[in-house]
Amino acid sequence: MSNSIEELAGVRFLLVAGSNTTETHPVIALRMKRAVRNGAGLVVIDPRKIELTRFASRHLQLRVGTDIAVLNAMAHVIIKERLYNAEFVKNRTEGFEALARHVELYTPEYAAEVSGLKAEDIAATAREYAAASPKAAICYTVGITEHSCGTHNVQAIANLAMLCGNFGQPNSGVNPLRGQNNVQGTGDMGAIPTDLPGYQKLEKPEVRAKFEKAWGVTLPRRRGVTKITAIDQMLRGKMKAVYIMGENTVVSDPNATHVEHALKKVDFLVVQDIFLTETARIADVVLPGAAFAETEGTFANSERRVQRVRKAVEPPGEAMADWQIILELFKRMGHPQKATEPKEIWKEAASLAPILSGITYERLDKEGGLQWPCPTPDHPGTVYLHTDEFSTGQPGFFAPVDHIPPAEEPDPEYPLVLTTGRRRVTYHTGTQTSRASGFELLVPHEWAEINPHDAEGVGIEDGERIVVASRRGRVEVPAKVTDRSPRGVVFMSFAFPELTHTNVLTNDAFDFITETPEFKACAVKIEKLAAPAAD
Amino acid sequence: MTTAAKPGTTSHALVVVNGAGVRYREGGRVLGALKEIGVKVPTLCYDERVGPVGTCRMCLVEVEVDGRKQTVASCTAFQQPGMKVATHTPELREYRQTLLELLLSETPSPNECPKCQSFATCEFHSAVNEYRARWDRFPRLRTRQKAADPNPFIQRDYDFCIACYRCTNICNDWEMASAITVQGRGQDSRIHTFFNNMLLESPCTFCGQCVNTCPTGALTDRKIVGKTDAKKVTRTKTICPYCGVGCGIHLLTQDGKLMGSEPDFSAPSRGSLCVKGQFGSWEFVRSEDRLKYPLIRRGGKNGTLERASWDEALDLVASRFKEIIARDGPDAITCWCSARCTNESNYLLQKFTRIALGTNNVDNCSRT
Repeated sequence: MSNSIEELAGVRFLLVAGSNTTETHPVIALRMKRAVRNGAGLVVIDPRKIELTRFASRHLQLRVGTDIAVLNAMAHVIIKERLYNAEFVKNRTEGFEALARHVELYTPEYAAEVSGLKAEDIAATAREYAAASPKAAICYTVGITEHSCGTHNVQAIANLAMLCGNFGQPNSGVNPLRGQNNVQGTGDMGAIPTDLPGYQKLEKPEVRAKFEKAWGVTLPRRRGVTKITAIDQMLRGKMKAVYIMGENTVVSDPNATHVEHALKKVDFLVVQDIFLTETARIADVVLPGAAFAETEGTFANSERRVQRVRKAVEPPGEAMADWQIILELFKRMGHPQKATEPKEIWKEAASLAPILSGITYERLDKEGGLQWPCPTPDHPGTVYLHTDEFSTGQPGFFAPVDHIPPAEEPDPEYPLVLTTGRRRVTYHTGTQTSRASGFELLVPHEWAEINPHDAEGVGIEDGERIVVASRRGRVEVPAKVTDRSPRGVVFMSFAFPELTHTNVLTNDAFDFITETPEFKACAVKIEKLAAPAAD
Repeated sequence: MTTAAKPGTTSHALVVVNGAGVRYREGGRVLGALKEIGVKVPTLCYDERVGPVGTCRMCLVEVEVDGRKQTVASCTAFQQPGMKVATHTPELREYRQTLLELLLSETPSPNECPKCQSFATCEFHSAVNEYRARWDRFPRLRTRQKAADPNPFIQRDYDFCIACYRCTNICNDWEMASAITVQGRGQDSRIHTFFNNMLLESPCTFCGQCVNTCPTGALTDRKIVGKTDAKKVTRTKTICPYCGVGCGIHLLTQDGKLMGSEPDFSAPSRGSLCVKGQFGSWEFVRSEDRLKYPLIRRGGKNGTLERASWDEALDLVASRFKEIIARDGPDAITCWCSARCTNESNYLLQKFTRIALGTNNVDNCSRT
């Protein structure tokens, strides 16, 4: 997030796109609801009638995967009606003229045709966003990123924020809400093929020199591969071994049958986890790790806040903390490490990553969480980014992006769109929430949420077990007939893999820049369950 | 938090609390000045997230402005420049004691309070102890009765309810779930769901805010209550293991065993949680299906996973990695870090990939 969670309560206008916030980030949603209570406008861009729409002044219920058309049309209105922040555009950005020419064609009427919205609603949203700037914030989640045009979706959002000067100000910004307790930290720590800790680019000689000196090795120069590419290389026999720490890939990744096939094909699969997950079951070696309550360490949350995680109990049996296991492997690979405790490991990481250099365990214990960039021991941390300049040091660049439909669109054979997501009560692949007693009373199993019109078309009743099928697989699941799903859209989560393995349906098409898969759109059909043959 | 004085007010103006000066803050409440210098008064109906309600009257203080004395609720009354505040005069002490004794007359004995027994002394009974309020000072009044609500999360024992309305206020004004409301007036007031349904049939999302704000044993976490001994419970401050909001929690342990969790009100999340953090953050940790020792697949790819020693498992991983690096080169191996694991573990795994294996094939689940 460019800004902070608490700041959301003070915005004058909030645009929430592709985020079912009350269910996926309920405590962030509290600040959104507070903003509405304080008089802020809230516009929700989402194909589904999510809970947050109850608090919204307008729901832009667009067709799945048409965000760019709508966002570009908003830019069109803001430029045409001269509602943008000319000073910010002049001083802080580049490429305005090109953007202005580019969005010329994205009239609200055109966007309305693509998205199924009303042109005047798009234009009104643009005007409200511009009028409330620079106290207008945009929040998004994976409804924006998990598309084959995910990067372009984000750029279209950034364009709006730059046009209206919503950067470097409190209560504004572009705020991706991160899905997992430490997904932010994982990136911060350099668990990315191209980046070393602190988002320092491996390709830069001075960065490499610094790390080579600190680590006493020559770093590999070859570009690493992302998960999506690695899976592809497994199938082609090029990738021979995989070491997975704490991820149930077989359930969480798209086109699951294909992923499972790939992981079974490698010579050697190591899975380190706290449960014998679907993925651990196919491993050659399973290493028992410790849970969050059994280790010291830190997590970084969505607002870049590093917070301490503390050990409350010992791990069960012979299980060991993840860092302990890796230290043992370091030794056996001939690279024993000097830093052998979480505090020392953090100190080493922070000393190499300037954005984290001012953060120490002592400060975290004393001051609570600290938001990076926090470069020096006396730096208070950064509540919102990009104050005087963008953190890249470059002007903000307006990227002219175009609407691209999802990779797989509905057709007569598979006439519906499946969009996947999360529910408040169940989390990801269900390894944690399925073990919380009582949760089964709240959400007992998976549901395919289907619009009444679509259900009626196939003769499906609420609660009936049905088949949802795509080109890649089929699952059985009870239907929930509800107008939360618009016509033509089926919604499912993936938290009950034993009964309903949703990701066998999803498409592994991906965004070419980030290689993020398109979980949010694939073509499916729904069928009644074949009646048992009568004898 | 410091705020500059606005034009028109002198920045040197003070509020004098029990003889000690506190900087006057325009728009600030008297309670704020008390908190600033650490003067405590009972605030049974107050939750900073909802703001002042002013119903319990426990925080009453004596204020003097321009020579005029007045008794006001410090949570609702605004500061004034030069205001003198007295918080613990004999009259105010006696007044609070009496109020507490009235509340005690309609609740069961403090010895029976489920919160005091299983968690820690509740706010109400802390005040009772502080002001030496007597349980039998007044004739017993009718109590408010338990709600027969068999949900597995929230125990609703309204015998202990003191009608402070923090639960309904947090539900309606902060969480905005509108699951519970107040029915009836005065002595007959009751906390109800709409149509008096069970919580499971109401809009309740089981965020647990009502449980955590309740100053008595009326609302408690049913997963913990009765299973712990407040005198033996230890708390470990940490972070919820679910989404990227990073809400603060305390893990409750007793005799080395994980027993439950509570929100951490000192964290940036200000004590808020959702159903997962409130009621789902610890049971999986002590689940019987946890992996307890390393496993190795024996008998080839179609073999079975069998128990192994750490040495055997780690040696096998290292030797297979070395073998593959020698045969196919380091880029034939990839490591995937985890958004569920700590920064320290992720830092080490990417470093391991780069220096021990010699490849940049390291990624994480942020794409999926």
